[in-house]
Amino acid sequence: MTAGTAQAGDPSRERQSETTPPVSSSIDVDVWRGDAVGQFVRYRVPRQSSQTVLDVVTWIQRNLDPTLAYRYACRVGMCGSCAMTVNGVARWTCRTHVDRVAARDRLELRPLANLPVVRDLVCDMREFFDKWAAARGRLAPTATRKDPVPRVAPGSRERRAADAAIECIGCGVCYASCDIVAWRPDYLGPAALNRAWTLVNDVRDGGNRERLAAIAGDAGCHACHSQANCTERCPKHLAPTASIAGLKRAVSRALLKGEL
Amino acid sequence: MNGAPGAAGASPGRIRAGHRARIDAALWLAQRVSAFVLAACVLVHLATIFYAVHGGLTAAAIIARIRGSVAWPAFYVVFIVAAAVHAPIGLRAIAAEWAGFRGHRADLATAFVAIALLALGLRAVWGLAG
Repeated sequence: MTAGTAQAGDPSRERQSETTPPVSSSIDVDVWRGDAVGQFVRYRVPRQSSQTVLDVVTWIQRNLDPTLAYRYACRVGMCGSCAMTVNGVARWTCRTHVDRVAARDRLELRPLANLPVVRDLVCDMREFFDKWAAARGRLAPTATRKDPVPRVAPGSRERRAADAAIECIGCGVCYASCDIVAWRPDYLGPAALNRAWTLVNDVRDGGNRERLAAIAGDAGCHACHSQANCTERCPKHLAPTASIAGLKRAVSRALLKGEL
Repeated sequence: MNGAPGAAGASPGRIRAGHRARIDAALWLAQRVSAFVLAACVLVHLATIFYAVHGGLTAAAIIARIRGSVAWPAFYVVFIVAAAVHAPIGLRAIAAEWAGFRGHRADLATAFVAIALLALGLRAVWGLAG
């Protein structure tokens, strides 16, 4: 770690002096090194109280191996860029305390599953976001800037349905946790479908006919087995499973009305 | 769609994709509707089996009762149609996800399983009632 990078905001620095010492003095961390082909490399990292998994990765990169590649930005659960597979489970590393996940003082860190690995803990998110586009995940406006702003009642059914799903920050945890994505690589996945559901419920949007045609079918909402891995793992506690069920209902209605 | 990019799509690929989406959506709906029918039919079917076994009815006695009945064969025709709709769609999904078997040939195989189930089932009803 160079002097320039050890700023006041460094989480491992700040927390060091803060609280009581942890149970054991160090932790063994197996980190994936390589891309699709590679191996785990073990590092010994000092334990600190309130230490997050992201702190551990940062400590390794700054003290043991500066070539370790990983991705993060905000450190506080807002940006959605630090998700990795921690002891087999996709998580935000910045919001995961080592104490909560390190059984027997061991950690195993891999990149997110279901996405190509760029290097070490960094995966290529392109496919994930391309599927948002394929699911028509952007507003198709029906009004121009000259029209009055539409009024959406906060208590309306559509507004509440959109609210329940809107807080997604695109971290990819659900996508990496989804067995259907693993089985059907063309499956749009929970995040893209969840986004489509918010727009299906957006009264300002006029693109639903195209959107429902895009998300219907075996690569879309109908592939979902409602296993709810996504809902179980979503760090924002959203329920993409419920959104996908909503899409299935919407598609069925459109089909019966001859609008699909 | 107010001229958003990609909205103009009347390309053949888009139409084919729309057709595909309609078929998949219709199959999904058919499987759900047939599931409702099956749930009711299985309950009646199991209750009847328990009743028949408890009463000590023999196979010959059961056949004698069913022969000449209209309601029982009609019930089992509904049951068989529901099963013939429901099961192949599920098998198609399993074949796609676990064996990578999908597309046109998988659809043909699905139709074949449906027809086979329907034929075998109806033949059994015919054997009982006819």
